[in-house]
Amino acid sequence: MAENSERLRRTMMFVPGNNPAMVKDAGIYGADSIMFDLEDSVSLAEKDAARVLVYESLQTQDYEGAELVVRVNGIDTPYYHNDVRAMVKAGIEVVRLPKVESAKMIQDLVKDVEAAEKEFGREVGSTHVMAAIESAKGVLNAPAIAASSDRMIGLALSAEDYTTDMKTHRYPDGAELEFARNMVLHSARAAGIAAFDTVFTNMDDTDGFYRETRYIHQLGFDGKSLVNPRQIKMVNSVYEPTAKEIANARNVINAIKEAKLKGSGVISMNGQMVDRPVVMRAQRVMRLAQASHLVDEEGNDIEE
Amino acid sequence: MILKNNVNRTLSDDLLKELDYKPYTSTEIGNPDIQRVAPKVHVSTGDNKVVKSIEDVVKATVKDGMTISFHHHFRNGDYVFNKVMRVIIDAGIKNLTLAPSSLTGVMNDMVIEAIKAGTITNITSSGMRGSLGDFVSHGGLKNPVIFRSHGNRARAIEHGDIKIDVAFLGVPNADKLGNANGMAGKAVFGSLGYALMDAQYADNVVLLTDNLVDYPNTPASIKQTQVDYVVQVDEVGDPDKIGSGATRFTKDPKELKIAEMVNSVITHSPYFKDGFSFQTGSGGAALAVTRYLRAAMLANKITASFALGGITKPTTDLLEEGLVRRVMDVQDFDKGAASSMQKNPNQQEIDASWYADPDNKGAMVDQLDVAILSALEIDTKFNVNVMTGSDGVIRGAVGGHQDAATSKLTIISAPLVRGRIATVVPDVTTVVTPGDSIDVLVTEVGIAINPKRKDLVAKLSNIPGVPVFKIEDLQKLAEKRVGQPKPLEFTDRTVAMVEYRDGSIIDEIKQVKD
Repeated sequence: MAENSERLRRTMMFVPGNNPAMVKDAGIYGADSIMFDLEDSVSLAEKDAARVLVYESLQTQDYEGAELVVRVNGIDTPYYHNDVRAMVKAGIEVVRLPKVESAKMIQDLVKDVEAAEKEFGREVGSTHVMAAIESAKGVLNAPAIAASSDRMIGLALSAEDYTTDMKTHRYPDGAELEFARNMVLHSARAAGIAAFDTVFTNMDDTDGFYRETRYIHQLGFDGKSLVNPRQIKMVNSVYEPTAKEIANARNVINAIKEAKLKGSGVISMNGQMVDRPVVMRAQRVMRLAQASHLVDEEGNDIEE
Repeated sequence: MILKNNVNRTLSDDLLKELDYKPYTSTEIGNPDIQRVAPKVHVSTGDNKVVKSIEDVVKATVKDGMTISFHHHFRNGDYVFNKVMRVIIDAGIKNLTLAPSSLTGVMNDMVIEAIKAGTITNITSSGMRGSLGDFVSHGGLKNPVIFRSHGNRARAIEHGDIKIDVAFLGVPNADKLGNANGMAGKAVFGSLGYALMDAQYADNVVLLTDNLVDYPNTPASIKQTQVDYVVQVDEVGDPDKIGSGATRFTKDPKELKIAEMVNSVITHSPYFKDGFSFQTGSGGAALAVTRYLRAAMLANKITASFALGGITKPTTDLLEEGLVRRVMDVQDFDKGAASSMQKNPNQQEIDASWYADPDNKGAMVDQLDVAILSALEIDTKFNVNVMTGSDGVIRGAVGGHQDAATSKLTIISAPLVRGRIATVVPDVTTVVTPGDSIDVLVTEVGIAINPKRKDLVAKLSNIPGVPVFKIEDLQKLAEKRVGQPKPLEFTDRTVAMVEYRDGSIIDEIKQVKD
């Protein structure tokens, strides 16, 4: 799953699958992942229309390299099977299953995905999956869910349903989510997959959004689910490395190059040995710096 | 016989000959010597100008076959136009040429009635929308409408191409001799910029006001030396409909994205330096550009020498903040900008000639560094349409588009597609502004630079987060998103001619097929 752990997933933007204008424009905001929603944002009367719209859009629109995810309706709904079949047929990269409470739910999804891959002649194993954790049960089973399939790319915490299940609601300081956030994050990390924090819905509370994003960035989340394209820049700015971090990372990368040139297996910088975690962190810093237009593809500073 | 002009538009040779027009050739104006006209002056000491009723003044001034004019500074809050036209129609006057600075929606029904009654047989305007545009596009007026930019209207008046017999100018204040401005009273609109041309060049100048003030009234934008009659009326306009109230910044993420890229283009251009000048429009994206530009000016410690054109509150805010040193104001789009004029000596009222007349000893637009303009359509030659919709029907205005486009860096900000309609197209329905005066197109997916501007290609090709496309590729991208529309169908009959700012014909608008 090396490819997955390297990919930047700072922002997963929700796009209601029944809104043609938003589906059409989803690619222009620079989201790392775009999540077309067939579930909660689509009314029962529009389930089929949304499925067709997203299916057609995936064939015809250019989403400029974003990772394409679809949130299908729950396994216990009558829409689930057609959602999975249509999206696999359309070549979606990731199917996100809502309200996951057990590893078995993901394994069932994977069976259905594989059947659809065979039915529509897509390469078996090419469709990834991810789980939304939205209940106490889901949180407690998160380690097993995260490790349930090698198609898994991530866990996402969904706080609205979770806090209801916990007989509380959301507070500005987020204390009610502390356990769930850490469970989801640890489960994801232990399984080598991505962890997405929940949405922040009050678009007028910019300070609150920044506070929460800095917090989850500090914890170690890959990124955040978003409801509005305007939040993308804000998240990216929190994940943007500092000049000092970039300079440090560049030194590490140069040290690796030097070690390679010398044919040396040991990487050293300023006389100190550089550990593997340091190398990995440096590589991530450079990827983030590149994504934030701070350095070019070769890692050189972009003059502003 | 048909012929093509330099933007490859087919023109009716017969019509050009009949109306003594030349086809458009170039954006260059050159340095010709021009003879201006002067108005007829009916001499008086000025003691008997106040007239009791519109009926009396119409009786005294308007005759069959004359050219009458109005301004559109009251926009959709205008009461003057309908009051005067009602009297003129009822008086049975025929064959008038209507030559307002522009026509707004509240005037539509009255214009249509006047055309049907034979009262109006010719129209020249900056634009028209709604039912009137529909009426004209469907062949409702026999003679073609002549569309002119604001600068070009000033030029045409000075040349005598538009010879105004009677100008009816509504003002929120005036004294008994006709000293007036747009700044005080109930229905204030700020700058009288377009009306100043009419006041200066019309043979008869009639002011209408609901606010007769003590003599002498200052500051006087329109002067007693120009005015023949002052008519007192109940109300000249609805202050709530003249301009939008508090201008709100857009929250539309697509508009913000476009605005951000427009700002990047400006700040990475060679023109973004201390003392630069700019003109923005009043749309959502344009207002957002002003906000980004403010941040960039603060960050780079740059101030602008002037902001030009139609003015909004975000621009007058920059003036008060000291980021813009002068606002050169030909019209105000909102209450904030209108009321700022009275208290701010650095917000200079300018007339349409000073603003944008090409045949001048220097107009403001000639000094303009950056212009941000919109488009209904832009084609792969960078030609812009701001006049006809995707159905071929007239629904726009030249405004200052052609004039401001002569700036050193002209940016068109427009979404790649609107709904299911492409904005970037192989050929625009109507050429209003020639591609030669457009430098950069900014869409939500990226920008296209006019290849003729090699200097800009070099400067703007490597802006982080601003992808550069060939405009042909943007057009293909738009087509891929929304498909290829069925071609519009028109009859052979010309319903309107669009002048370039030098008075040549840049395009014709044909009657739509029903």
